[in-house]
Amino acid sequence: MRDTEEYNKTDTAGYLDMDLLRFSTAGSVDDGKSTLIGRLMYDTKSIFEDQIEAVEKSSKSRGDEHVNLALLTDGLKAEREQGITIDVAYRYFATPKRKFIIADTPGHVQYTRNMVTGASNVNLAIILIDARKGVIEQTKRHSFIASLLQIKHVIVCINKMDLVDYKEEVFEQIKKDYLSFDAKLEIPDIRFIPISALNGDNVVDKSENMDWYKGPSLLWTLENVQVASDRDLIDGRFPVQWVIRPQSKEHPDFRGYAGLVSGGIFRKGEEVVVLPSGFTSRIKTIETMDGELQEAFPPMSVAMTLEDEIDISRGDMLAKINNQPTKGQDIELMVCWLNIDPLKLGGKYTIKHTTNETRAIIKEVKYKVNVNTLEKQEQDKEVGANDIARITLKTAKPLLYDAYRKNRNTGSLIIIDEFSQQTVGAGMII
Amino acid sequence: MSSYNLSHLDQLESEAIYIFREVAAQFEKPVILFSGGKDSITMVHLAQKAFWPAKIPFPLLHIDTGHNFPEALEFRDNLAERYKVNLDVGLVQDSIDKGTAAEEKGVNPSRNTLQSITLLEKLEEGQYDAAFGGGRRDEEKARAKERFFSHRDDFGQWDPKNQRPELWNLYNGKKAPGESFRIFPISNWTEMDVWQYIKKEKIALPSIYFSHQREVVKRNGVLIAKSPYNTLLDGENYEEKTIRYRTLGCMTITGAVESEADNLDKIIEEVAAARQTERGGRADDKRSEAAMEERKRQGYF
Repeated sequence: MRDTEEYNKTDTAGYLDMDLLRFSTAGSVDDGKSTLIGRLMYDTKSIFEDQIEAVEKSSKSRGDEHVNLALLTDGLKAEREQGITIDVAYRYFATPKRKFIIADTPGHVQYTRNMVTGASNVNLAIILIDARKGVIEQTKRHSFIASLLQIKHVIVCINKMDLVDYKEEVFEQIKKDYLSFDAKLEIPDIRFIPISALNGDNVVDKSENMDWYKGPSLLWTLENVQVASDRDLIDGRFPVQWVIRPQSKEHPDFRGYAGLVSGGIFRKGEEVVVLPSGFTSRIKTIETMDGELQEAFPPMSVAMTLEDEIDISRGDMLAKINNQPTKGQDIELMVCWLNIDPLKLGGKYTIKHTTNETRAIIKEVKYKVNVNTLEKQEQDKEVGANDIARITLKTAKPLLYDAYRKNRNTGSLIIIDEFSQQTVGAGMII
Repeated sequence: MSSYNLSHLDQLESEAIYIFREVAAQFEKPVILFSGGKDSITMVHLAQKAFWPAKIPFPLLHIDTGHNFPEALEFRDNLAERYKVNLDVGLVQDSIDKGTAAEEKGVNPSRNTLQSITLLEKLEEGQYDAAFGGGRRDEEKARAKERFFSHRDDFGQWDPKNQRPELWNLYNGKKAPGESFRIFPISNWTEMDVWQYIKKEKIALPSIYFSHQREVVKRNGVLIAKSPYNTLLDGENYEEKTIRYRTLGCMTITGAVESEADNLDKIIEEVAAARQTERGGRADDKRSEAAMEERKRQGYF
């Protein structure tokens, strides 16, 4: 057993060295997702007295039996009235070991867009299953999206174990069902934890009600899962975001290429190629306001200066000479459609990819994926809201890209409707 | 050998810098909304880091309710000079004089709702198409769903159901004429993160964040400072207390906390042990549970 008081310590000495884990939570309506998040925040003392008081008051006025922890996370008026979560909400909590950012995404069928959005930046996904219901359509959908987004770690929480008398057989059966389905997915690290979010079993502390479960609690798992190696430290990719030119008395000739390192490690003095022009130069300095750096790695924001004067602007990319991204205009990708207006075959859209922007035409819909069976649908090619499809498009100018599987930053793009300006599609390059 | 890990504060800093640069590239005329509080001071510091050694390529815009702490105004003017940025001030009084805003009645009239009016007027007058705010998602429930790039219609209003999905680090700042964006570079920071960062970066703050003596009156559980804008009710008295502020706003509504914390370490210790959210001391959020959401819809930061 661990003492939850541990999180109440005011010792903050280690704070500066804390690590960051971003994770998403997905489940169906009434899976107890909001309760689980409320529980994690409550038990790690991340909730303040005035928040608890407000929730106690609302619980009472709604006639709830318990203090309804779910109310802590249901933010908008409409949701409180309907008792559902309608958009991605972000939550924060910390333990002495890690700081956590939760992307809390709703589980309704029509809100795949939110799950994709919430999960696009995470290291890990928690998928909730109601122990009484087992693996259902939405479990499969969520798992497929996690796999599609290349989330490397999934924790399947089998919740409401208290309502099935904490029976091991129930847990084992659901685990088996999940794994038979999961064989078709690409998730390297899957763990299963039996919990009761309502009672706190196996959430922060190991449960005494489930002696048969030998694994760690959910919080222990979240604190200890290794995610650092999930980053791409091999392929040097530096999309230029902004050119810093002070033209001041102190810095008359300074020309810094500012951006976020999207892959690989860049070192001072190293030879780089500027794309798409193909000119090569050496990194003269790696600048930050705190001083020069010897090297820069993901996800650092820096500014680089080069030995040679080359014309470089936003949308260009610095890469290693012997390891360059693909350059091309015919792009094949998996797309998740986010808008009510369906994808228009032959239609023109704006594309945002790294720091680049261009126009593109949708050339072909190869197939749609039935997210419940993972089967390809080659007949019905109408791609509407929440559909996932394999498509090809042709861009007006070449993109500098990698496969999404290799690099999330250089392999992802968004599709924007040219009239409404809405983000209508999320693409993962194959 | 280095393990190539960034601490969570370094990651948050990098994310914020990325947002500043993205806005500089995607918008015509961005502006930093400067409230004078620690979050907006932190924002200015991050903006400086994003463009160093160049100057911050945006002006600051302060909406002055006329009920500000004098210490905060003095700090503001010094800061603008230190960072060599232009400071644009919008006076709520001007909106009242013009007749576009009307003063609230009562003993501690808040000009908070009026701020939105002056803000929208200033944004239109300056033709600013993106306004940075220091809002954080941990502050309040309605903010938990806020985007980094928050779309506003041509009335400056926020529609929570019509926000664009934000994926990876691809931000869509496209808009129709008249529409604009609010940008929140420190969305993912918590109060603790901000304090730790202020300490790590040695960022200067207005003196009223630190423990000092002040005459205050306790009203509805909130300690309100003595000021020319506040009237005592029957039976109320000012008392001198050792207090500090966790957040800065109008003198009429910003609650003080009793505190001996006179340096950053003590403040951080206090934040870690705090039992109330920092907005807990703000009477404006207490008016109704959905108060913040309503104000956001109307164009509040």
